[in-house]
Amino acid sequence: MTPTHDVVLVGGGGAGLRAAIAIAEFNPRLDIAVVSKVYPMRSHTVSAEGGAAGAIAADDSLDEHAFDTIAGGDWLCDQDAVEAFVREAPQELLRLEHWGCPWSRETNGRVGVRPFGGMKKMRTWFAADKTGFHMLHTLFQTSLKYTTVKRYDEWFVTKLLVDEGRVQGVVAIDLASGRVDAITARAVILCTGGCGKVFPFTTNAAINTGDGMALAYRAGAPLKDMEFVQYHPTGLPFTGILITEAARAEGGYLINKDGYRYLQDYNLGKPHKEPVFKSMELGPRDRLSQAFMKELEKGRTIETPYGHVVHLDLRHLGAKKIDAKIPFVRELCMKYQGLDPVKDLIPVRPVVHYMMGGVHTDINGATPLLGLYAAGETACVSINGANRLGSNSLPELLVFGARAGRAAAEYASQWFEVTPGIVAQIEDERRYVERDLLNRKGHERIADVRAEMQKTMEASAGIYRDRASLARGAAELSQLRGRLADLCIEDDSRTFNTERVSALELGFMVDIADTIIAAAAKREESRGAHQRTDFPKRDDVRFLSHSVVFRNEDGSPRVDYLPVTITRWPPAERVYGEAAAHAGSHQGTGSTLPAGETV
Amino acid sequence: MRDHIKVQVARYLPEKQSEQTFDEHEIPCPKDWVVLDGLNYIKDRIDGSLSFRWSCRMGICGSCGMTVNGEPKLTCATFLAEYAPGPIRIEPLRNFPIIRDLIVDIGDFMRKLVSVKPWIVRKYEKPLRDGEYIQTPQELDEFKQFSMCINCMLCYAACPVYGLDPKFIGPAAIALAQRYNLDNRDEGAAQRMEVLSEHAGMWGCTFVGECTKVCPKHVDPAGAIQRYKLTGAIESMKAFFMPRGA
Repeated sequence: MTPTHDVVLVGGGGAGLRAAIAIAEFNPRLDIAVVSKVYPMRSHTVSAEGGAAGAIAADDSLDEHAFDTIAGGDWLCDQDAVEAFVREAPQELLRLEHWGCPWSRETNGRVGVRPFGGMKKMRTWFAADKTGFHMLHTLFQTSLKYTTVKRYDEWFVTKLLVDEGRVQGVVAIDLASGRVDAITARAVILCTGGCGKVFPFTTNAAINTGDGMALAYRAGAPLKDMEFVQYHPTGLPFTGILITEAARAEGGYLINKDGYRYLQDYNLGKPHKEPVFKSMELGPRDRLSQAFMKELEKGRTIETPYGHVVHLDLRHLGAKKIDAKIPFVRELCMKYQGLDPVKDLIPVRPVVHYMMGGVHTDINGATPLLGLYAAGETACVSINGANRLGSNSLPELLVFGARAGRAAAEYASQWFEVTPGIVAQIEDERRYVERDLLNRKGHERIADVRAEMQKTMEASAGIYRDRASLARGAAELSQLRGRLADLCIEDDSRTFNTERVSALELGFMVDIADTIIAAAAKREESRGAHQRTDFPKRDDVRFLSHSVVFRNEDGSPRVDYLPVTITRWPPAERVYGEAAAHAGSHQGTGSTLPAGETV
Repeated sequence: MRDHIKVQVARYLPEKQSEQTFDEHEIPCPKDWVVLDGLNYIKDRIDGSLSFRWSCRMGICGSCGMTVNGEPKLTCATFLAEYAPGPIRIEPLRNFPIIRDLIVDIGDFMRKLVSVKPWIVRKYEKPLRDGEYIQTPQELDEFKQFSMCINCMLCYAACPVYGLDPKFIGPAAIALAQRYNLDNRDEGAAQRMEVLSEHAGMWGCTFVGECTKVCPKHVDPAGAIQRYKLTGAIESMKAFFMPRGA
């Protein structure tokens, strides 16, 4: 049997669209399908704000970008992957410029760059503070000119088809009609983004339910470094809407209830009027979120109806700079918080933002499962290690979207037939999704079970964890599985049944939650975003390694380890503030940022 | 603060109903809830079968456009309390076929979008090694506003011309065509003009300006259409007076 398509992409965000274009350009004879549960331009890449890193400034170098990334990741990054990443990032960003991305410019018409947290040089390309929005729409609109890219908009993938050791396509629901169909292929690339919805308070959109991670995990591919969950230090309370790091890069201060720039108490340097690279408010996200927790313990945060907050102070930047560089921050604050950052303090608190972990892939996006690839936040290559630096995720989805696209295209250019073994799998899945699920009339509401899972995750695997909290989390998740089996799906219709989708997403998320807890429980050290109060130090002897979680036959997680690839930067202490100026292979000046406008 | 509001929500399920009906619910109305929060409250606590699209809840993904008390709105950017004590009536976007409840079929727009070639068209593409195209901040400002379209479809729902003539290419697609025409990196204006000069192109617009009024991102599609018409008129005059190839 001939497959329906050569390559199927699951997800149509930045990584998926970049991969699709890469395949179309690699081999114009290949038939490509983008299967996405939302129209591609709705994908969560759209919400990325601050920018995309790629070293282009005269005083910058690829090695410095690599070093900052590796130090930022607390030495858990694979350095060969980081080297490829920093080398290809500027090329990819430039390609996007050629495709029309409206990058913010210098007065002379060249692309402008801005500083960002944990980065020692100005290397973050930006399109005001709607960088992800512009990148996604540029990619989507550009993808429309490739006639070999067919789209399945609003199709929800429920299962990967695997037979004779090869991934051979997916089973998916066409949401509008409710039809369940197989979409077979020679290769599948998972580009479904993150899984922030596993937690209660997140910047992530409703769609970020980790579908690709769960699909891979259930199909037998391992998930890597799942214990590393990034909390962004500045989310608006209640909504969890992100206030971009660019607000601090442009000079914003974080202050506690006494108006004190508290980061100076946490080994992040001394406060200056102007922002300093890798110092204070431009420290890395993990350290800033941890500092918030310490302030909370000290009683120096501000209590609000939606939890404790600190303040982000942008008032001294003035309306002109705010409107030129971070207009969306002002728009969001006025709309959702009823305040104007030009004259008011912005209440902020740490919020789950990004998953460093994901489907284990090699440097070309290939998973250990033949025919299966992954890219973007879904994947873990890993260039992010234990903590991703701000503005590395957008270039990552371009670089590794393109790499995965080319690798899958090469693989799919070989001739494979679909094996007969998948027919029974398709029928089983169809029966489950079309009949069993629609007739499930148990006693539990989806929203209740979901809220319980989210609460469990925050309580057991939040910014600080320990053995007891993680054990409690594991026990609660196992109880939740019972409730999951007793769901009530009120909606038994086929047409655009969003409740059926929510039930499937919840199942995916509980699997992912399991892997996060299991990996976090086994890593008895503190590194980057994984902070164990019972093991407060980094332990390179035991844990300079990636965790990989496999799914056992009975559904339980099994944690194993893989070595970290070290090329040129041997593990060292991670330093910020004044000390950061002297760390790394290249000496920086550590001076304050150059003054002047780049827009 | 925890006042309640009466909500009337449009329901339509083609498998079971031939006509739209309304469900009425009394729901909480805290001051920071947007209309979408109210819908999620209904879905999570009262009726799991209510169907609507949403994702980012921050006014950027463009999924959650609906008709709120007769006006097209992004429900994640419209506060419930503005309508207290109600009743507030929530319906699907107008001018589109309804798939179910509050979900409309936007396939027509997706096809029209492709027809205006919303990508950079060039005779000669500069190789990457030659670096970026130079674009000054002023040149960027020429098209920036039109690049802010989130494809939320509010402008189509508000457009009386699209309501009468579904062949009309519509505000967002024209604004996006103009976004590329005005980009100094692009050379595709003539190709797009062919599409837009057709019967269902820009000439259908009678400049009612509703599209610009409802746009949540201040894209000003009406302005784009007017500018386009002017260019179109000049081009056709040129074609009339000047010999081909001049």
